[in-house]
Amino acid sequence: MIWTTLAALMSHWRCNRLQFFAMVAGLALATALWSGVQAINAEARASYDAAAATLGEGQFDQLLPRSGDKIDQSTYIALRRAGWQVSPVLEGRLRTDDGSVRLVGLDPLTTPGNIAPVGMQDDTTLDDFLTRGVIFVPPDVANALEGRVTQRVITDPSIAPGAALTDIGVAQSLLDAERRLSRLIIAPNQPMGLPALDQIAPGLVRQPAQDAGADRLTDSFHLNLTAFGLLSFAVGIFIVHGTISLAFEQRRSMVRTLRALGVPLKVLILLMISELVVFALVAGGIGVALGYVIAAVLLPNVAATLQGLYGASVAGTLQLRPEWWLSGLAIAVLGTGFAASGALWKIAQMPLLASARPRAWSVASGATARRLGALAAVLFATGAGIAIWGQGLTLAFALLACLLIGAALALPLLLRGAVNLADRKARSAMWQWFWADTRQQVPGMSLALMALLLATAANVGVSTMVSSFRVTFVDFLDQRLAPELFIRIEDADQSPDLERFLVSEAPEVLPLLSVDTEIADIPTELFGVRVGPTYRENWLFLDDSGNAWERVAEGRAVVVSEQLARRAGLWTGDSATVAPELTLPIAGIVADYGNPFGQAIMSEAMFRRLHPDVVPLSFGVRTEDPAELRRKLTEDYGLSDTAITDQARIKAFSLSVFERTFTVTGALNVLTLAVAAFAILMSLLTLASIRLPQLAPAWALGLTRRRLGQLELLRAVVLAMLTTVLAVPLGMMLAWVLLSYVNVEAFGWKLPLYVFPGHYARLMLFALLAAALAALWPALRLARTPPSDLLKVFANDR
Amino acid sequence: MIVRPLLLLLLIPLQAVAQGFAGLGTNADGFAVPTPEPEFTFPQDHGAHPDYRIEWWYLTANLTGPDGTTYGVQWTLFRSALAPETREGWSDPQVWFAHAAATTPDRHYVAERVARGGIGQAGVTIAPFEAWIDDWRMAGPSFDDLSLSARGTEFAYDLDLQANGPLIFHGDAGFSVKSAEGQASYYYSQPFYKVSGTLTLPAGDVEVTGSAWLDREWSSQPLAETQSGWDWFSLSFDTGDKLMGFLLREDGGASFSSATWIAADGTTTAYPDGAFAAQPLEVREVAGRDVPTQWAVQLQDHNIDVTVTALNPNSWMALSIPYWEGPVAVTGSHTGRGYLEMTGYE
Amino acid sequence: MVLSVQNVKKSFPGAEGPVPVLRGVSLVLERGETLALTGESGSGKSTLLHLIGGLDRVDEGSITVGGREVTTMSDTERADLRRSDVGVIFQQFNLIPSLSVQANIAFQARLAGSYDENHAKQLSEALGLSDHLVKYPEALSGGQQQRVAIARTLTARPKLVLADEPTGNLDEATASEVLGQMLGLVRETGAALLMVTHSQSVARRMERHVHLSQGHVV
Repeated sequence: MIWTTLAALMSHWRCNRLQFFAMVAGLALATALWSGVQAINAEARASYDAAAATLGEGQFDQLLPRSGDKIDQSTYIALRRAGWQVSPVLEGRLRTDDGSVRLVGLDPLTTPGNIAPVGMQDDTTLDDFLTRGVIFVPPDVANALEGRVTQRVITDPSIAPGAALTDIGVAQSLLDAERRLSRLIIAPNQPMGLPALDQIAPGLVRQPAQDAGADRLTDSFHLNLTAFGLLSFAVGIFIVHGTISLAFEQRRSMVRTLRALGVPLKVLILLMISELVVFALVAGGIGVALGYVIAAVLLPNVAATLQGLYGASVAGTLQLRPEWWLSGLAIAVLGTGFAASGALWKIAQMPLLASARPRAWSVASGATARRLGALAAVLFATGAGIAIWGQGLTLAFALLACLLIGAALALPLLLRGAVNLADRKARSAMWQWFWADTRQQVPGMSLALMALLLATAANVGVSTMVSSFRVTFVDFLDQRLAPELFIRIEDADQSPDLERFLVSEAPEVLPLLSVDTEIADIPTELFGVRVGPTYRENWLFLDDSGNAWERVAEGRAVVVSEQLARRAGLWTGDSATVAPELTLPIAGIVADYGNPFGQAIMSEAMFRRLHPDVVPLSFGVRTEDPAELRRKLTEDYGLSDTAITDQARIKAFSLSVFERTFTVTGALNVLTLAVAAFAILMSLLTLASIRLPQLAPAWALGLTRRRLGQLELLRAVVLAMLTTVLAVPLGMMLAWVLLSYVNVEAFGWKLPLYVFPGHYARLMLFALLAAALAALWPALRLARTPPSDLLKVFANDR
Repeated sequence: MIVRPLLLLLLIPLQAVAQGFAGLGTNADGFAVPTPEPEFTFPQDHGAHPDYRIEWWYLTANLTGPDGTTYGVQWTLFRSALAPETREGWSDPQVWFAHAAATTPDRHYVAERVARGGIGQAGVTIAPFEAWIDDWRMAGPSFDDLSLSARGTEFAYDLDLQANGPLIFHGDAGFSVKSAEGQASYYYSQPFYKVSGTLTLPAGDVEVTGSAWLDREWSSQPLAETQSGWDWFSLSFDTGDKLMGFLLREDGGASFSSATWIAADGTTTAYPDGAFAAQPLEVREVAGRDVPTQWAVQLQDHNIDVTVTALNPNSWMALSIPYWEGPVAVTGSHTGRGYLEMTGYE
Repeated sequence: MVLSVQNVKKSFPGAEGPVPVLRGVSLVLERGETLALTGESGSGKSTLLHLIGGLDRVDEGSITVGGREVTTMSDTERADLRRSDVGVIFQQFNLIPSLSVQANIAFQARLAGSYDENHAKQLSEALGLSDHLVKYPEALSGGQQQRVAIARTLTARPKLVLADEPTGNLDEATASEVLGQMLGLVRETGAALLMVTHSQSVARRMERHVHLSQGHVV
């Protein structure tokens, strides 16, 4: 009985191959989107973890120099000899032929328990590592170091991308930092009765675990992707729901026949569930594989984006992780279960003798639409409450959820309203029929249209966010990269000489002095700048008290970055302690996007008094003829060409980073819309067979099949248009929440919201195109329906 | 990821040192090798001998609190050379590590430190004498007048050591043979320290007094390949006499023994293989291994027939190199106290 | 005795309280007997058929099929009854559109685990379906589809065949032909037949005739 019944159930798919394909493809697409985004996220995170483990960042408290960027080794010895279990780290950039490698030096004898920095190969021993010099590198760095170092280079994939790991002694000599250290890792277990830290090392500041490194920064991008992943999943669930409802609706009569022929309901339900689980697993498997492909295609971009934005590298390779497969399959099965539960419940409740006719439009009649609308109102109210009183990242996401789900639930009601309005304006009988018929279509297409709404809104929202980020960033670049040439040198001794040369050749030279320090306990880069026309003319303040640069130049004030200001709870007019015993008022706040550290800017003179040892290694130079100055610098002065960068190049590089971000978001845009289009196609196909009885009278009354087909297409486009029109404000609200709530909660700075009508128009166009494409085939089918089929409607309609 | 390998990496030299107790590689790889009839010069020889592969300053103390409770304290500084030389800075091939322990009748606290030579984090200077790693140190104006300190997460001690007897040279005037094949080390002791000071335990400070025994030993290839571990006894009898004896266990069950009888006045008698005998009387499961915690010890020549019992059977040194080391009580033909060290129990 | 219906009552909910449809119906059917159940629209004849087939539940009374009491059966037991002992032929042909004619014919016998290929072949030949076995139902005419439904029911060798206006959707000539074939085959298999019809001409071709009026046998 089981097999006979199963064969009958399965025979449905053999006869409706397209539907089968649609269901599997829909599920697979949804899973693919979900797992693709997850994969990109997971892969990137795994890379960070590797990096964090290498550096011991995030796991352990650390000691950093209070000012300057190096710790004298004697401080380390003093701490050890006082009993403090600390381990030294020296970090620096090692120049290679085509860039630089981040060299990390460690002392393997004192690193706390589980930051194990060295991959061990059979032929290396501690002896080699400690005394002969061995450098462990990930595969991507191996070639770059070829010929650059005399030490033995060993490839080890567990080292963070872009980094090289070696003994602290080797690092000191390679980085030319004898007896200097970057920071000290504090072991979690310390002996009893230690003297206070600041008693032994007053020049160091303790940074709590997890507060260091690129984590928080790169989270910005991941947050976007995570939000996108959630939205994609929501869209996916809609489509799965659509396809499964279709399959069940179409098999209602078969279910009735099977039961009349003696198949118990329980057996039938169990068989259908097993059937679904198998489909979900197969489709989920395909989806995960597809997601892998998506991620693999997008990943080079993602990696590049992250590297460009934050200096954190993601290994350009992707590993198929078991947790990925499992989560992908689980999502497919759970999503299917969620989507099918309603349909199965209906089958279980269906009386044996009920009409077997499919009833797609009983899903959301007018009363249902109003109920959903009421629920939506509740959600909107909750969202408003959160927006006003809520705080924290979780609530910010809850706000997003309220907004999106509320909008989706309100959609049927809004569409009905719009159609009713059009109906009242309709003049001819045909148009009246068209609108009335459209109204009847709304409930059946509700789910698909909700999917379209969410997909479009998500795309609008993410585009707005990324574009706003870009616009802001471009302004920011214009301001920060005003000097035509940038010069960066490695050798501090060269600095005064170079400065003299530059001053003799260029109208304005802007030496950049900097040290890492802390202001209000927040890690901050303190800059000393030569205030001149460039600063006065190019820098925009988010907030200032007037004459900001004058006051900075006179040493009476500082300018701080927005991050520092927000995190320290300071604003224009407040005072900041920029160095021990030096407190200055804040004259202005500048934007500084994508930087986890605070920034404070003071005058060059003041800076030199505070840090007489620091010499500028970077110079901005204003010049009317960058090419000529560049030539003079390389040919006359003998500076290496790689030391000179021009503004255009930096800008181009920075912008290219954003272009890559766009590639990723763009690709995901297309995918989400494809999924939504799929949902539309599926619901139209569901409706097509059901709608024959409604269309037949119109045909009988004189509308040609061709005309019916055209109207059918038009109807889909009209509904899609209404939906996308609603999606744009929803998407902008989404963006607003992302920029004004989520970003502030997560990263401490607020992005101004820019509106991009062009983008939205294009997205709407895409959405309409997707809807039209999805509706085209059902419409064509309708136009080619044999008249006999239409006639049958009258014959069979008892 | 990269967690596991470092531990491996660290274990390699330590394992080598563990074999300093039990079987460091049999060839000397350019390191100096002990030769018979040594001539020691002091205080220089209290310092490090970097051209030898392995060396230690090994102090054990039997202590008593004001209420009569007995305690044990261990302080050991090891030097393990990766190459027979010293260099300035991080590239120094001399690796230093240290173990410290405090034993009560029912607890055993341990800690360890590892450091590199060449940067000032660990080392030994001769005059004034100082042997240190981090804040652990044994230092004083002379080898006879030392202060000793160490601390871990749960214990610390700060002791004053006054020697009231001469240095003792084991084997043949300090040339101590470790196997029938002739592997040997330089080995001398100062077993006559009187101790007073403070032992800090989680419950609080305890003022302690007692005696301590310091071993100095260095070598480059001390054990034969077939030797799997050793049992080392340092016993101080109430008569004032002392006995150092060890068994080097061979794989097949045989063993190589050696002993030094130290009369109360400091005169010594060295005993070759076979004179000193020790048999396990009671085996306890400690840290998942079967470890003998009570021994029958005999030295016929001096009518020694005693039972040696661990003060705390769980004196397990759960460190990078695990072994057993703890204070013991002596009963039988003679009574007294001492220390027992057992390695190679897997 | 294949079928025994004793004092069966059934009402359906209406706008103003329950509407009685069957008010105490009793009848008996022996092995091999054919019985026509006639009555006006709403007389309850289809309802009675559904109750006998276990497709619906009685309010009162007793129905036994092959000696088994139907009214107290669980849903699963009723399904079991329909699978093995009772065959139902509806006015709507109720074929499974995605299965071939041959698979449809074999379907119920396969469900019951009593499929006999020769028997199925004989039935197909007798009903003139041999040329259509590989086709799908939608390619057949109404008469042919009903023949498939008849074959499907008889292949399972039920003790009792219930037919609800089986020729109601067919033209007169076809109806007469299909009915003749059906009666012949039912007799061959020795099953009892209970057929609901509103046609007197159809009813006359049965051995017994029961008329329902206002929920009573008259």
